[in-house]
Parts: sequence; C-alpha cells; structure tokens
Amino acid sequence: MRLLNIRPRGGLAILLGALPLLAAALLYLMASQARHADNPRDKLLPTPAAMVEAVQLMAKVDPLTGHAPLVVDTMASLERVGSALAIATALSLVLGLGLGLLPLLRAKFGPLVATIAVIPPIAVLPILFIVFGLGETAKIALIVIGVTPVMVRDLAAHVAAIPEEQLVKAQTLGSSTWQLALRVALPQAMPRLIDSLRLSLCPAWVYLISAEAIAADTGLGYRIFLVRRYLSMDIILPYVAWISILAVTMDLTLRLIARRAYPWAYPERAR
Amino acid sequence: MGLLTFRNVWVEYGDKVVLENVDLSIERGSFVSIVGPSGAGKSTFLRLIIGQEAPTRGAIDLDGEKLRAEPGPDRGVVFQKYSVFPHLSARDNVVFGLDCAGSPLLGRLSGARRRAALEQADAMLAAVGLGDSGDLYPAKMSGGMQQRLAIAQALIKKPRVLLLDEPFGALDPGVRLDMHALITGLWRDNGLTILMVTHDIKEAFKLGTRVLAFDKRRRDPHAPHRYGATAVYDFPLDKPGAAIPDALLAMQEKPAA
Repeated sequence: MRLLNIRPRGGLAILLGALPLLAAALLYLMASQARHADNPRDKLLPTPAAMVEAVQLMAKVDPLTGHAPLVVDTMASLERVGSALAIATALSLVLGLGLGLLPLLRAKFGPLVATIAVIPPIAVLPILFIVFGLGETAKIALIVIGVTPVMVRDLAAHVAAIPEEQLVKAQTLGSSTWQLALRVALPQAMPRLIDSLRLSLCPAWVYLISAEAIAADTGLGYRIFLVRRYLSMDIILPYVAWISILAVTMDLTLRLIARRAYPWAYPERAR
Repeated sequence: MGLLTFRNVWVEYGDKVVLENVDLSIERGSFVSIVGPSGAGKSTFLRLIIGQEAPTRGAIDLDGEKLRAEPGPDRGVVFQKYSVFPHLSARDNVVFGLDCAGSPLLGRLSGARRRAALEQADAMLAAVGLGDSGDLYPAKMSGGMQQRLAIAQALIKKPRVLLLDEPFGALDPGVRLDMHALITGLWRDNGLTILMVTHDIKEAFKLGTRVLAFDKRRRDPHAPHRYGATAVYDFPLDKPGAAIPDALLAMQEKPAA
C-alpha cells in the first residue's frame, strides 16, 4: 500500500499523536536528571517536583497583596487578549463585509488596509505607548492593530469570492444591498471569520506577551520576563505550558462554536 | 407589442463587438430557446436581460418600460450552478424572496406573516417535487434537486420573465428528462414567459415555442473581433417538438470567431 493511503484511525491515531509528546517529555526528564546529577542546584532544567512546588507557590495567595500571582496574571492577560480580539473581530466583520461586497468601498479603502497590513505592529508599539500611555489601552491597541488587517483582508477576500450568480440571484429575488449583506454575505462570512479568529490567536498572544514584557505590572508575559532575571526556569516553563493550554482551549472552543452554529459550512467529509 | 423588445441593441467591449444589431421582440407566454456556438453572445444576451450589463447602443423594453440595467424581481433567473444559497435550508431558500419583500430592515419575516410565507414556500416546493426536502441544505441535495430548488426560489416572486442559463447542462440524461417535464408543466400551468440558453439543440427544439440561434453574420479574418453576433436564425415553432433544420446541426459543431 502506498504511504499516502495509510490512514490511522481511532486509538492508533491518538497513540501516534501522543508518542512525540511523550518522547519530548522523556527527553526533558533525562536531560534534567543528568544535569541535576552533576549539580543538584541546577536552575536551567528544573525537575518536575521543583516546577510543581513553584506553581503551588504562585497559586497561593500572597499575604502582602492579598492575591495569588498566577490568578492575577491569568485574568489580566485574558482580559487584554479577550477584549482586543473582540474589538478586532467586530472591526473585521464590518470592514471585511463592506470591502468584500461593495466595489466602491474596496476602491476607496483597499489600498489603506493593504498598507496598514504590512506595517510590523511591534514597530508602532512605542507610538502606542506615547499616545495611550503605559496602561491597558496601549496593549489592547497593539493586539488590535496586529491582527485586524489580516482578518479584514481574509474576510474581504472570502466575501468577494461569493459566486456572482448568488448575488445576482438575491437581487432577482428583490434583495436590497442591506438585505443581501445581512442575509447572504453575513451568514456565509461568519464561519470564515471564526476560522480567521482562530488563526489570529497565535499572533495575538505574541503581541500580548511583547507588550507585557515591555511595560506592565501584571500578566503572564510580565511574570515570565520578571522571573527571567532570577533564571527561574521552574516558573517560566509552567507559565509557557499554561499559556499554550489557554490558547488551545480558546482554539477548540471557537472550533466547536463554528461547527455548532454553522453546520452547513462543515459537510461531513469522507476522511 | 411583445413583452420584451430589443431595438437595434449593440454590446461592445472597447473595440470588440460582442452583439450587433439585435432587433427582436419576445411575446408573452412564449418559451424561447437560445442556441449558438460558444462565444456567440448567448450569455451576453441573457446578461443584458438580467441587467448584469447595459447595451452600448440601442434600447431594451420590458412591458413597454425601459429595462433597468440592474437585476430586479421582475426577472427571475436560474443559473447552471450556484443559484441557491448554501447556508439556507431548501424552505428558507424559497422564502428568501418573500422575506426580502416583506421585511426591508431585517430581511426576514416573523410571526403570522412568516407562517403564511412558509406555507406558500411549501406549496412551491411541492410543485417542483421537493415536498419532503424542505429541511435539507443544498449541500445534501443532488444536482437535479438543487436546480428544482432554484426554479422554486425564482417562481415564488412571480417574475414576468424567467431566464434559464444552461439550467440542465450539468445533469445526468435521465434527470434532465425529468427536469424537461417539470419545466414544461410549470410553464404551461403558470403561463410563464421563459428564455433558456442551452448548448443542446435537441433540448432547444423539444422545449421551445421559438428558437433563436446566435452567430456572427459577417466575418473579417484579419480582425474577427470587429464583427459581433446576432440572432441569425429565428424559428417560430407551432408546437414543441418540431424538426431541427440541418443548418443548425452543422452550426453546433464549429466554434464562433
């Protein structure tokens, strides 16, 4: 049988997927053990026990502040990334529909969006700090500026690719521009918008961590860069794992929402 | 006077002439088949009537009024593909036209008016043989069912002209025969006026009460784009199923230009 025709199913697929992860964990444990055999106070590759201990410390309420750092950091970061993605999604929906559907708007604002899209967002971070100060606004603005242009262009391209036959048909059924946007373009744009939001999660976290690393007093990125000074790998590694768990959860939730709300967009495949 | 009149209509793109001097009139209640080789302006002719294009010169009248160069509910259309909305169930696809007319702001009726519209839609679905399929999404339907749906969707607006752009071109021969029976029945029972573009000359003569053949009347071998196509044959048929002239069968084989 050819290689491309071999399809793992069920338990085998899960096992195959788990193996590389297990191998990586095993490799880490071996390396960590080797280093600790040489130097019991090694900080670079902390043992699992040390990491658990560090996480417990971070999750405990600090009597000085009255808060647990891990909880405060998580809430602060989620709030930033959540509100930024909500703004970005709303903007992308309106602009993407408009640009995709109306040649007039495309002619007027297409070049502007294309120009903004190629500016590296981190390069404008100083401007944001100058304009909005070091507070929440600048961090949220950075994420919005970072992910929105790509989402707008993706959605506009998707809406513009709706077959002309459908648009003509809707008009022959008496649809106005507004009705066509609301009942034909919007529902067909939604699954794509959610997919594009899922793809934007990764850049959104990159911009969040960058903004937090530079100027913040809470947040997952802030904490990682803070404890870096003490070479606290026992905190950094669990924090990185925690960020990836949060991101994967958001991704899977969005995927589930898209499939539940727009079943017509995901016909069952043969594979 | 006919329902749809073309007076000396030309369509040009830059210096390329697509249609020249189209001058004809289509009677109410007729079933006009439009045939011709590829590139002979059949689709452009249909796009003119739909309103996707405006004539460069000349005038088109629908019911004595100048045709608006924009698609509208007085002209229904069924394309070969992509005619139905993939995100709506069959019933919602048919109700769409009523939704648009009754609810300018939301594009969706509600309450008693929607229930009345749904009943109307179900009757229309039954008329095209989709009585049991109202809840299906188009992705779950066969090609023939999708075309039935597209016809129901167009007919609910009671258009003055129904335009069919190779509506059965992508269907299996057996399904195509069923669709012929369906469209003939709907045309007769509802007194429709139908214009159908087709590649299949037998289909054109079987269904139509009149056959228009588009081709170029003149050819310039050094500048083939300078002459456009027009209706070179116009066969009024007394009854559907008349014999096909040999000239047309010969024309089917060779491309235009």
